[in-house]
Amino acid sequence: MAACTALEPMTMARPEENAAEQFSAVVATHRPQIFRFLLASTRDVDLAETLTQDCFLKAHRNWRSFRGESSAMTWLMRIAINLQKDHWRNRRLQFWRHTQNNAVALDEASNWLPSGERSVEQQLLARERVAQVSKAVERLSERQRTIFLLRYVEEDELSEIARATGLSVGTVKAHLSRAVAKVRAELGGKR
Amino acid sequence: MFRDKFAGDSQNPEQDAELGEALRDFRLSVHAWSDAAFSHPRTVVAAVAPTHVWRLAAGWALGCFLVAGGVSAGFWQHHQRQVEIRLAAVRVAEQQRLVALRQAQQARQEDEDLLAKVDSDVSREIPAAMEPLAQLMVEDTNP
Repeated sequence: MAACTALEPMTMARPEENAAEQFSAVVATHRPQIFRFLLASTRDVDLAETLTQDCFLKAHRNWRSFRGESSAMTWLMRIAINLQKDHWRNRRLQFWRHTQNNAVALDEASNWLPSGERSVEQQLLARERVAQVSKAVERLSERQRTIFLLRYVEEDELSEIARATGLSVGTVKAHLSRAVAKVRAELGGKR
Repeated sequence: MFRDKFAGDSQNPEQDAELGEALRDFRLSVHAWSDAAFSHPRTVVAAVAPTHVWRLAAGWALGCFLVAGGVSAGFWQHHQRQVEIRLAAVRVAEQQRLVALRQAQQARQEDEDLLAKVDSDVSREIPAAMEPLAQLMVEDTNP
């Protein structure tokens, strides 16, 4: 977790008058990261934005109960993961899961791949690979997808993932191994 | 980073290198997409406003309708009461007129009866002092 070290661990022993300022700083620091995780999970910009708002609203309501035992980012990520789960479990929104009107096509996310110093041929190849990874990620179970994205998009450590998901490190490793195997199979099958 | 992670997982280093490369590109594309979407300005007012306006308009319309209906009903009731009062007054006046007419007719009849009675009484009864004159008049008329 590269971007979450500025304010952590949060010292909750500060006076109450500083709580609002602390929370504002946490929002400013971690909002892009939470949004990115939710966007990668849902592949829907509007939904990711809504869930990000909900995440910080919930965090704000419970900010006083946050004791700083884990990093603020891990705490926020845990809220985001739970919100995402609740969203998909909500029967009223199941329809959207199937239609996903706002969700981008699988290969569209690959269009955002920076070109860097690659040749056109290399760029096309890289885009194709990203599309394959996206397709494989979409087929993963919810838990595997969450762990995979936290590991390979957010670059979280296994211990952080374990804290955010509420699983043991061993379980996280097992899920991650299965997820990687599926992605590898997807890449290998297309060659 | 990714090459190191998958080095021990597979027997094929080439495949691991490719997987590492793919995951790195996947991460870069998600980051780029997220950055673009995050910095994209959004408007959140328009989605809520029409419903709110329609509700407000409907509320006002319903309120106006109820007020107008209440006022109209009041006026109508008042008008009906006035008409009934006017009709009752006309009815009473008509009855009074008929009663007065009947009383006048009755009084006229009584007067006529009285005059007729007086006339007959006067014409038939001749005072005793006037009897010789009456005999003369009868003789004059029957020679």
